[in-house]
Amino acid sequence: MSLLIGTFTIGFILSLLALGVFISFRIFAFPDITADGSITLGAAVAATLLAHGVNPALASLAAFAAGLLAGTCTGTLHTRFKINSLLSGILVMTALYSVNLHVMRRSNVPLLSVNTLVTQAERIGMRFTGGVTSFKLTGWDVSVRDASVLCAMVLAVALACTLLYLFLRTNLGMAMRATGDNVHMIRALGVNDSTMIVFGLAISNGLVALSGALLAQYQGFADVGMGIGMVVWGLASVIIGEALVGSNQVGLTLIGAVMGSVLFRLMVAVALRWGLSPNDLKLITAVFVFFALIVPQFLRKSRLRSAHA
Amino acid sequence: MLEVQAIAKSFNAGTPNEVRSLRCVSLRLEPGSWVIIIGSNGSGKSTFLNAVAGTFFVDEGSIRIAGKDVTAWPEYARAKFVGRVFQNPFSGTSPNLSIRENLSLAARRGRARGLGWGLKSSLVEKMREEVSRLNMGLEHRLENAIGSLSGGQRQALTLLMATWLRPELLLLDEHTAALDPKSADILIALTEQVVARDKLTTLMVTHSMQQAASLGDRLIMMHRGQIIHDFQGAEKRRIRPDDLLTRFEEVRRAEQLDQTAAQMLAEKYI
Repeated sequence: MSLLIGTFTIGFILSLLALGVFISFRIFAFPDITADGSITLGAAVAATLLAHGVNPALASLAAFAAGLLAGTCTGTLHTRFKINSLLSGILVMTALYSVNLHVMRRSNVPLLSVNTLVTQAERIGMRFTGGVTSFKLTGWDVSVRDASVLCAMVLAVALACTLLYLFLRTNLGMAMRATGDNVHMIRALGVNDSTMIVFGLAISNGLVALSGALLAQYQGFADVGMGIGMVVWGLASVIIGEALVGSNQVGLTLIGAVMGSVLFRLMVAVALRWGLSPNDLKLITAVFVFFALIVPQFLRKSRLRSAHA
Repeated sequence: MLEVQAIAKSFNAGTPNEVRSLRCVSLRLEPGSWVIIIGSNGSGKSTFLNAVAGTFFVDEGSIRIAGKDVTAWPEYARAKFVGRVFQNPFSGTSPNLSIRENLSLAARRGRARGLGWGLKSSLVEKMREEVSRLNMGLEHRLENAIGSLSGGQRQALTLLMATWLRPELLLLDEHTAALDPKSADILIALTEQVVARDKLTTLMVTHSMQQAASLGDRLIMMHRGQIIHDFQGAEKRRIRPDDLLTRFEEVRRAEQLDQTAAQMLAEKYI
């Protein structure tokens, strides 16, 4: 049971990553690889600050801000210096590797016996239940610690989702969505599309970094290699989410991304349980995304063929 | 309202593929005038419109809109003064956004966009009213994504968006060319209505001799990046589509003459 709750918790934490990837890949059609670096950046910033005794909420906010900055760099490289979108992301991601090492001063920062959002959530949960360490849920033993951490993460993600949803429906947010949709039109309506892209990538990477900060606090450490392949994870979540909700209404797509992230994490946990070697995880993920990208084309073609026949 | 001073534009300059799309074009538009531009393919009429809109910067000359020198302004900054409808029905609207979201984007053309709520109920009410005037039944479908509409409907909405805030200058780039004849007629009627109602200064490129003869109060004919005829006032009112076809034929003959003359001279002297 503890394993299941842990899976859900990580799924929700990584759904912030999925939301970030959703903004760059889906709203702007910008393949932003920066996320691989900025998720570690978020973890590094949060972990280092926490190790220095900074308030966990502040440390997480600082991680978000660091992500904003990373996204701004990528956006500026692309819009201001006309560097190809993929390459801008790769440049910033590579640079971030060194930046992350500088932030942490070593390759790994443990968060043992440090006050984090996770320990705070556990404490609140314990106080709430009056010192009971576990309770029964349909015959399963559930640890109060695990349950309260999960609740805290669900709340955090719900808050982020709501804020993002509201933002996407403001004048600024709508201009952002239209920029990715039809750049000619938005220029003709007086919007500087470059500014929109920089801004959108900043928010995207901010969310990714926040996800990294929460992940570090949950795992109890930040590691310089934890970001490798994360963009593909996010993309897989977004694709699953789209298949789940099958709509392009803003609110539903956001919920879809969160659901996709949780479901994907669940699939991974099951696969590992069945004896998939953790070493093969990234390979399997890449193959999965490959199929998720080509299957819709095949379906369309076969549908066309059957329509002609 | 619009003052274009001797603008020139070459594409691929300095290469064998150099195209001199505009050569020293000057034009002055009085407030409230409606100027039609015609010309054969490659005459520079659309390039001229794009130069005014700021799609690219001109090589020489200057452009003033509403008294401001906008020659060095990027496209999005000029949008403050300029409303545009494109030839391609897909260019003027955002397909994945709803009708009302598109309109609300247009309601802030050239203005600051902050964290204000995009779809205020008063604005949506006004949208319903304006959209119902298009007589397309779209007022009941404001939540639908624009991508689900026909080309004619999208162009009508683009026109509504371009004129939602009264533009100092309205640019219409063959905006009926991609439509079926019936939708084109509807769109032209809507265009006449809004131009007359708001007394808009309008620059319109068209392929249709019919439209060129019947619309507007001034007609400009372009050829090889230059203005070769400028019909105004009574002369414009007298013009018929056949007259325009005759003019095009004259241009074509003059061009042939150029070539044959060159050939003759070449045979004789080279």
